[in-house]
This record gives sequence, C-alpha cells and structure tokens, in this order.
Amino acid sequence: MSSLTKNTLAGLREILTRGDASSVEITQDYLAEISARRDLNTFITVTQDDALVSAKVADQIRAAGQASLTTGLPIAHKDLFCTKGILTSCGSKMLSNFISPYDAEVVSKCKNAGFVMLGKLNMDEFAMGSSNETSYFGPVKNPWSPTHVPGGSSGGSAAAVAARLTPLATATDTGGSIRQPAAFTGTSGLKPTYGRVSRFGMIAFASSLDQGGLIAQTAEDLAIGMQIISGHDNKDSTSALIEVPNYESLLNDSIRGLTIGLPEEFFDSRLDTRMQSQIEEVIRIFTSLGANTVSVSLTHVAEAIPAYYVIAPAEASSNLSRFDGVRFGYRAEKPIDLTDLYECSRGEGFGSEVKRRILIGTYALSEGYFDAYYKKAQQIRRLIKQDFDRAFSLCDLLLSPTTPSTAFALGEKSDDPVAMYLEDIYTIATNLAGLPGGSFQAGLIDGLPAGYQLTGPAFSEAKILNAAHKVQQVTDWHTHYPEEIRNV
Amino acid sequence: MYESVIGLEVHVQLSTLSKIFSGSSTSFGASPNTQASLIDLGMPGVLPTPNAKVFEMAVKFGLAIEAKIGKTSVFDRKNYFYPDLPKGYQITQLDAPIVGLGHVNITLEDGTTKRINITRAHLEEDAGKSLHNSFDRLTGIDLNRAGTPLLEIVSEPELRSAKEAVAYLRVIHSIIRYLDISDGNMAEGSMRCDCNVSIRPQGSKILGTRTEIKNVNSFRFVEKAINSEINRQIDSIEDGQQIIQETRLYDPDKNETRPMRSKEEANDYRYFPDPDLLPVVLSDAFITSCRNSLPELPESRKARYMEAYGISQYDAGVLVADRDVADYFAEIAETSGDGKLSANWVMGNVLADLNQTGRSISEFPVEANDIASLIIRIKDKTLNSKTAKTVFEALLSGEGSVDSIIKERGLVQVTDTGALRSVVDTVIENNPHQVTNYRVAAPDKQGKMLGFFVGQVMKISQGKANPQMVNQILLDKLSG
Repeated sequence: MSSLTKNTLAGLREILTRGDASSVEITQDYLAEISARRDLNTFITVTQDDALVSAKVADQIRAAGQASLTTGLPIAHKDLFCTKGILTSCGSKMLSNFISPYDAEVVSKCKNAGFVMLGKLNMDEFAMGSSNETSYFGPVKNPWSPTHVPGGSSGGSAAAVAARLTPLATATDTGGSIRQPAAFTGTSGLKPTYGRVSRFGMIAFASSLDQGGLIAQTAEDLAIGMQIISGHDNKDSTSALIEVPNYESLLNDSIRGLTIGLPEEFFDSRLDTRMQSQIEEVIRIFTSLGANTVSVSLTHVAEAIPAYYVIAPAEASSNLSRFDGVRFGYRAEKPIDLTDLYECSRGEGFGSEVKRRILIGTYALSEGYFDAYYKKAQQIRRLIKQDFDRAFSLCDLLLSPTTPSTAFALGEKSDDPVAMYLEDIYTIATNLAGLPGGSFQAGLIDGLPAGYQLTGPAFSEAKILNAAHKVQQVTDWHTHYPEEIRNV
Repeated sequence: MYESVIGLEVHVQLSTLSKIFSGSSTSFGASPNTQASLIDLGMPGVLPTPNAKVFEMAVKFGLAIEAKIGKTSVFDRKNYFYPDLPKGYQITQLDAPIVGLGHVNITLEDGTTKRINITRAHLEEDAGKSLHNSFDRLTGIDLNRAGTPLLEIVSEPELRSAKEAVAYLRVIHSIIRYLDISDGNMAEGSMRCDCNVSIRPQGSKILGTRTEIKNVNSFRFVEKAINSEINRQIDSIEDGQQIIQETRLYDPDKNETRPMRSKEEANDYRYFPDPDLLPVVLSDAFITSCRNSLPELPESRKARYMEAYGISQYDAGVLVADRDVADYFAEIAETSGDGKLSANWVMGNVLADLNQTGRSISEFPVEANDIASLIIRIKDKTLNSKTAKTVFEALLSGEGSVDSIIKERGLVQVTDTGALRSVVDTVIENNPHQVTNYRVAAPDKQGKMLGFFVGQVMKISQGKANPQMVNQILLDKLSG
C-alpha cells in the first residue's frame, strides 16, 4: 500500500495544505489501489479519467490560493446517489444501463466543495440487504476476510474505506445500512438525523427512513465530511431547516459529565459474550474520560423489526413502481402488450430480495390489511419514538453494540431472510425514530472487527462525533487495518 | 316514475404558472414532453416539492363555498401502473383533504334556488396523456400535463336532473373564474367532469346502483350524457335487467354511453400517506389572508347589480355568470347610465354573438365603452333601434367609433320637422289611393294602416327618421 492511501481524510488534508503531495498524486495512488483490489468488488464504476481531471483542477485552485478545506480530497459515492453522466445502478440489473441526467444534492455539494470523485460503490440491490450479497454486480468481500461479508447495504462504501481505497465514502442507512457495515469492517460510520442530509437524488428505498451519511476511518473524518453534505435543501420537503454546527470545532469538547445510557434490551442473552466484553471495554474508556453511565429501557424496541418490515417494504413497493421499463432502466424485449412489458421488465430487472420486499409491501398496503399492518406499524413507530424521548430525558447518548456479532460468512444467511433481517436488531429502532446514530471501532474478535453504536437525540451529530473522537484519541482500534493490506 | 340521482366530480386545473410538485411550466399546447422536468418524468431519486400557490387557490375555493378548511391536510399516494403515470402512483389527498364540506346554490328553471352540498375538494396531480393514434401499433406518451395541479370537487348526490347538473357545473365554473384559479376551459381539459348517475323509483329513499360517466368535456355534453344514461338505465330496469356499477364513456356522435373496456381485475390503489411530503398545515393567518383577498362572488354581485342597475333577477343571473361579462356589463351600465338598456344590449346582442361565434368576452372585438356610446346615442335620439343595430354591426366589423360610424354612414336620426314634413308630403302625394282608404276607414282600423305610411317615410329617409315624430306629422297631415 502506498504511503498516501493509508492516511485519514484529515491526514490527507494536511498533506495537501503543506504541499507534500498534490491532489493528482493522491488520486493516482487511490486509483492504483482500487485497481489492485478489484477482488474485493467494492466499486461498480471507477471514474478514473474524471477523477484525474478534477484532481488537476483542484491542484490549480490550490495553486491559485483558492483552496477550501476539502479541495482535492478523494471521495467515492454509494451507487444510489445520482451522478450526472455516470452510471447510477443502485446495485440492480434494473438500472444497469441508467446514466443519470443529474447530480444528487449530496454529490453536487461534494463537487462544489472540491472533492475528487473516485467512483461509484457497490451496494445491496436498491439498498435492500445486510450483507451486500444482493447486488446485481456480485457480493463485496470483507477486506478483513474474503470469505466474510462486509455487511450491507453500504457494503461497498465500508469495505472500500476499510481497504483504504477511499478515505471517505457516502452511504445510506434505512435500517442500519451505514452502521452495520461500518462495524463489520472496522470503520466509523454516521447515519445522521432524518432530514439533516438532503435525499434529493438519492434513489429511494423507504422514504421515511432513508438517510444519507458517511463512512470513514475516524470520527474526525466524518466531521469533515458532514460539514459538507449537511443542511437544508429546498428540493427535499423533508429536509430540516436547522442550522448546521461546526462539527470539527466541537470534536474536542470535554465529555466529562456526559451521561451515557445503556439500553437494557440491547444487553440481553442474545449478545455474543465476546462482543459484550468489547463493549464493556468501550464503556470503561468512556468512564475513564469522565462520562457516567445509566441503565435505560427502550420498552418497545423488540417490535422495531416487525414494524420496520411493514413500513419499509410498503414504501419501497410504491417507490419502486417507477421502474416499469417505460422511460429508463431495464426494459424487457418484445413484450406482447403493456402488462407483459411491466411483468417482464420488473420480473427480469429486479432481484429476488427486492421482489420479496415489493410483495411484502404490496400485501401490507392492500385493502383490508392496511389497518392491521401499516397503521399498526406506524403506532409502534410512535411508541418507539416515545421510548427514545424518555431515555434521552435520562441521558445524553445511548451506547450499545452495533451488531450482535462480528461479520458472518458469505452465503451463511443469504437463504434465510429472517436471520438476515435480525442483523439490524440494534440499529433499526434508530431509523424508526429518525435519530442520528454512529458506529465506531471497538477492537477485534478473532481477527474480525467489532463496533459500538452511539445514538443521540435529533440533531446531536456533533455530540456523537465528539464522544467517538474522544475515545479514538485514547485508543488505536480505528488505526487497525486488515493484515492483508499491510502486506501488499 | 323514476327519480334520477346525480353527483359530479369536477376536476379543475389550477392556473398556476408551474406544476404542483415541480418548477415546469403548465401552459397548454407545447410540443410533447417539452414541459416535463426530471421530477415530472419520475426519474430515480427525484422528490416532489409543493407549489404553495395551490394551497392559496384551494383555500379560496373552500372559502367561496363556505366549506370547512382542512387546517392539516395530507398528501397520499394512489398506486397503479399506467404509462402516462410516471411514478406508478398519483399524489392526491384521501382522508384529509384541504377543503371539507361546503355548498353552493343553484337556480332552478322555475326561478327557485336549491342548495347543493359539496362533500370535499382535494388537491392532486394530473397525469400525462397517452397518444394512441400517432404511432403505428405503438402508444406515445406526452408528459407535459403530468403534474399539473388539479382541484377535484366532489358534490353530494343531490342533483336530480341533467339540467340541475349543468346548473351546478355552471356555478362551479363561475366561482373558479371569479376566483381566477382556473381558466375553466372545458374544451382544453382545464375543467373535466365525471358524472355519477343512478335512478330509483320516485319516493324511494334507497340509492340505485350508479354508473360513472368519465371525462365529459362540455356543458352541453354533460346534459346529453346524463340524459342518455338515465334513459338507458330506465330502459334496462324496465327490461328487467340490473344496472352494473361500472365506468362508462359518452359518445357525442351517437349520443350514448358505453362501458369503458373493463380492467382485468378491480384496482386496489393501496393508498398511503406520501412519505416524501409533510402534512400541509395552514395557519389561521394564512386562511384569513386568503379570505381577505377573496373577490366579490357571483351571488353577491347578482344582488348588487339588481339593486344598482335596476335589472331583473333573471337578467342579473345571466350577466354575472361570467366575471368578465359582468365587468363588461357594469362598465356599459356605469358609462351609459342606463342599466336596463345596457342589460338588453349585452344579453340581446353581445352574448348572442358570443354564443354564435363561441368566442369569449375577452376576444369580443367591441369595447364596453363603444356599446356605452351606442346606448348614449340611442338615449339622445341620435339613433333609433334600427340604426343602432346598424352601428353595432359596423362596430363588430371594426369600422371605428360609434360617432364616426354615425357620421360616415349618415345615420343621424332626422329630427328636423321641416325635413320630415316634406318627406311625409311626398309619401302622401305618391300614394293617393292609400290616403283615400285611410281617411274613410274606421278609426280602429286606421292605426294599422298608419304603419304603411311610416314604413314609406322610413324607406325614403333610409331609416333615419325619428319614428315618433313621423307618426305625429302623419297623423296631422292624414287627418287634414
């Protein structure tokens, strides 16, 4: 591995500022690494030529003294963020020919901030999955072990950061799709508050739960990226008109007196004992930094998965109706009539997990079932929100494992959807409540990374990053990277 | 004997400059797909953002029909697949519409008024158009119309005849025009009407099975479609058949309704609240400002015109139905100072022309001011009814102002006694036989016979003689 690509985003920023390397040099090194690690299948598209052009422009801007804090820094986007003129596949055969005519708001914000896009990252098809095995472009391998999954749906984003193929990756989280892969790959990931980051141009899975965020090596890097992608967008009615704090300047605030809530429901017998001891170590570090802990209860959290698997598929069944073979995307050949065009285009264009969720969602919204499923799920959602409100009256942040165990083997759960859905048991309630949550490194178990999760009240991203940063200041978990890479 | 039960669903395209959820233009008639943005095309990743103007328009309509305004209304998705529905769902309002229960009054043929309740009015987006005839064995899709804002106005089934349905539709049309929230152009589809029709034995309280006639596009066709459907239903029942609940289309060429091709299965629209849009919460201040900006509505203008211009209820009703006509009339009445004569001229000549030519008052070539001048010239006896008609025709063909037409065509009424006397003398001289007959006739016959002499005088004077003066001179001369 080159000496440049092992850097954090903050490290690269220093290198650029000092003039120790140019953006073109950095970009070239990353492109070489990406090319060397095709085996991981993290990228669907590498935008090599565009990247080098952007890097050159960035260097010129820097030479002219016009550089911003992020000019010339590399980034890669999850392949559900629309990128103008570039394939935006959403990990699906359905969009395997879709060249987006426009940029997602997140993408244009990154462009405007001077980021150099390296390419588009693999993902579970339409962000449906927890292992990155549902991608039409094949599974992503976990850089820590090629026989293990990197988690999903932002598996490409997490694995690319873990393998040091990009210092920063955009990602999205509907039920844990940023935090779970971050945990499985030993990276830091932040799912912001619903409404913090514009959803415009982010291909929808479940509109009321989807939220764009980031995966990087450190909380500090996440803070740098969050500064760029956050903020109100009048093209997204659900985006929040709330001021964006200066995340980086709040990173070093003292966390003395911070109260950390430990949800008792997340520390029950299902939790792997070794995972539990890793989390206990994290708690010990927080305590040593002056934080207090308190036990709290999220009474209805057991209902989160069933509620989620009604709401998310219901919204998805409607969101995915536009993929009909008429205006863009995959279109079946020689349809007999209109119905045949729909049936064949959708039947051939969508993979089985996507079809499963469309069917579940269609069923849940059907006449006669709507009240029993969709309305009930919305009631549970309100109860879960109230649980969090109560918890946050007792503490500042909640801490739990991100996942019950470390990464599972490729193929281990792909035939058992329910086992796969249970992967998100600790992360999903956060989405139902619309809250911010981050996953950060908590050491290794048998050579595979463990992650801990911090969840905060709405718009407390700065507090989450601050707490995680303080821990990263006194630990070295976030500096570990796969042995395999070290040997390259 | 049967009673018909009719309810109307009226779709009104709101006349916003841009669409309900995108910035694309809404103007009619552009080449296909030139007014369809990424959002209208339902591209992956795009999101709808509401055009606040539609809330104002809907609330104004709600206030105009004295409805309960939905302070929190919700946009829902109605899911179905069709090529001219780009997202695979239509954004509409199901359980929480922006306008709740309201009402309007319609005037029946006997002059009495009837209150018709309006169940609700809600906002939704229009679909695109499928063009079936332009391509060989293929269907073209034009998404220019996709996303045009619609206000769907649903009446209670309280209309009892096709005539009542048309009267109701005219009232709705009048209100939306007064509010200036739609051009109401039925031919261009800015106002479309679905008619729900059922029949039941007179006196029955149970509703019969209804059919829905979709997309009727003129007032005349609404009346004819409903009547033909009522007759069809009566015939069916008399023949011992049952009415099937179905959607039908009206064929104006054959003046009959036909079932639309039945879908293979009943649609389940799987409505649910659109997660991309927040509930619309209207503040009291916003509603008050809408109320304050309401224009005078047809009902109150009618009362005002009757009072101010001394015209009948019927005339006032006709004149205020269209706001532009009402304004046109008012300008004439104000300038000429004669409400009744103004009403006669507008109704008898101006509206007659509009009916005949199908043009609107804004396209009418004669200014209100010119009609007022014409009326002033009638009142000051420069013109009589015959020459006035000539001037009106000249105005229509754009021959200039009233006074210049009078001057150029030499239409000034002859009121000079000397001149009139000499014409009368000529007529008497040329018709000795008729004069003799007149003089020996019984007085009750003389009146009718006088008409002949008047006609002769008018002929010689080319219609310009003052008829009252001619009468008087003739009476004097003939009696001598």
